[in-house]
Amino acid sequence: MTAFAPRRLSTTALIHLALAAVLAVGGAAVALDGGNLFATANLVDMLTRTSLTGFLAIGMTLVILCRSLDLSVGYVAALSSLVAATTMDGQAANVPLAVALVLLVSGLVGAANGAIVAFLKVNPFIATLGTGLILKGYLDTEYQGPAGDVPAVFQQFGYTRIAFVPVSALVMLAVAAAAIGFLRSTRTGHHMYAVGGDVDVARMSGIRTTRVLLTAHVLCGMCAGLAGLLLAARFGTGSAEAYTNLYELDAIAAVVLGGTLLLGGKGGVAGTVAGVAILAVLDSVFNVMQIDPFAKDVLRGAVIIAAVALYARRQLDRTARRPRFAATPRRPS
Amino acid sequence: MTRVRALGAALQGAGTVFLLLALTFAAIAVVNPGFFEAPSVMAFLKQAAPLVVLAAGQYFVVVSGNFDLSVGALVGAQVVIAARLIDGVESRTVPVMLVMLAFGIGVGLVNGLITTVLKVQSFITTLGMLLVLYGAIRLWTGGAPTGDLSEAFRTPGRLGITGVPLIGQIPWALLIMLAVGAGAILLMRTRFGRILIASGDNELAARLSGARVDAVRTAAFVLSGISATIAGVLIGGFAGVSAQVGEGLEFTVITAVVLGGVALGGGRGTALAAMAGALAIEALFTLFNQMALPATLRPAVQGAIIIAAVAYAARRRLRPAPQPTAAPS
Repeated sequence: MTAFAPRRLSTTALIHLALAAVLAVGGAAVALDGGNLFATANLVDMLTRTSLTGFLAIGMTLVILCRSLDLSVGYVAALSSLVAATTMDGQAANVPLAVALVLLVSGLVGAANGAIVAFLKVNPFIATLGTGLILKGYLDTEYQGPAGDVPAVFQQFGYTRIAFVPVSALVMLAVAAAAIGFLRSTRTGHHMYAVGGDVDVARMSGIRTTRVLLTAHVLCGMCAGLAGLLLAARFGTGSAEAYTNLYELDAIAAVVLGGTLLLGGKGGVAGTVAGVAILAVLDSVFNVMQIDPFAKDVLRGAVIIAAVALYARRQLDRTARRPRFAATPRRPS
Repeated sequence: MTRVRALGAALQGAGTVFLLLALTFAAIAVVNPGFFEAPSVMAFLKQAAPLVVLAAGQYFVVVSGNFDLSVGALVGAQVVIAARLIDGVESRTVPVMLVMLAFGIGVGLVNGLITTVLKVQSFITTLGMLLVLYGAIRLWTGGAPTGDLSEAFRTPGRLGITGVPLIGQIPWALLIMLAVGAGAILLMRTRFGRILIASGDNELAARLSGARVDAVRTAAFVLSGISATIAGVLIGGFAGVSAQVGEGLEFTVITAVVLGGVALGGGRGTALAAMAGALAIEALFTLFNQMALPATLRPAVQGAIIIAAVAYAARRRLRPAPQPTAAPS
């Protein structure tokens, strides 16, 4: 595993440099416009934006590393917000139960995704699109409007901040740290890279690939559950409408922007967090400069393509150094 | 040899979709025996035509090993462009259609070049294109589509040849659908088609045998752009102009192609089966209508059927050559 460290570090370093550049350019642009990107209100806005996409993107990183995908996270988050709000029902005492129930439900949806992908061999794109549609049908039928009531204690999760750092962003960073630790120093974490790199080789090396895939999907579902808890805390109620925001595409964009290969086997959560931050900074800059919201989508699309084209260029150099049918095995450095 | 293998693969992958199509039509016949009279069948085909045309375009992209997520946004953009530029003036119909065709080809070309030359995965390229088109169109129109389509523009999507004995009216949309379908099937029998499948099956092997993989893949994106343009004309004529036209269509059409037994990742499946997949999805929607299912429940049933159909197809595919079981460590 140490062989991977220098490469992963360098990609992550590049993304953090990109984040710094985006911050600098954004700050300069806002300053020219007569504003201050680093004013407290703007910093709070930026960090608040990171937490929701952050939860989803951390889980998404795990499944993408395994060469899978999860298009159902937006629906899982919406379902989780409803489960949380209806279980709490305005009672502070119900909070622990609600959190546990959300993690259970979202984990189960993740397990269903993982089982369909791993055992039924359905392409993850189709499998998770399908479970997403099933959830959408359930949500639209059962909940016509907002439901449930989140007690003030739990709404703190959405609004409290320490200095200019929202608690939700801190929790997201803690989850990110846990995920980094999980990928770097647990056996299952290492197996995820192996499964994403080449599932057949992984299986022949004695890794129980289906179990690894299942774990990744369960964790991804639970991350979406956390995002749902945050949605409930922010809105003060559960809302089925949350899925219309296409969070899953945002999360995938952040993961890819963070340098994780969509084809699996390479990348990490540290890059993903930077990817989420880049998107959040861009959004904040557009907001402060009052750029037309539709121009935001155009710029976003262009930035994502440009970034991935840049990574692909680096990737090309690397494959040139590491031919596919190399006669001699690569020496670990 | 290739022909025999292609036939075998076609039967294996496509069996599921024709079975599903037959079952759905049987269910429709049970629920509403009157459905199989000429006018309602023609109305069904008219409604299904845009998705079938899109499926043909998406098939080229998917079989060469890529995705095109931008088609929904492109269809929406084309309809909005048509309404804005024609603005109700009949004489502008043909020039504007040519502009739309150029735009569709241009978007396909950009998708293809970014994917092949810049080596960006097509999922990301076309996701970015989706965002760009979505934002650009709303930016251009200021949020709500303006202008009006002309009568001539609406004709292909709405009208047909009237006064045909027995059948009554043959919709133009059906004829366009058949022409596109025949074109797609014929195209896959040419050198181009074989190289396309080879590129999706094993890119390295195709390259080493001298195939111009990047060129055919780019051409596939262009074909998808053209199909989105044709679908835009049909949908615009049939359903009219709104900001929501085309939204979510990309997922429906990819579902249709996969339902037709075309493997995501490329190299397997036929154009005919892909278009049959689109027809099966439209038939399912019709069945839901006939059964008066609550509209909100439709996505759930759709999702369950997609997973079941693809799982069934995967099982059939895996059976002849079972995967080696993992040795316990």
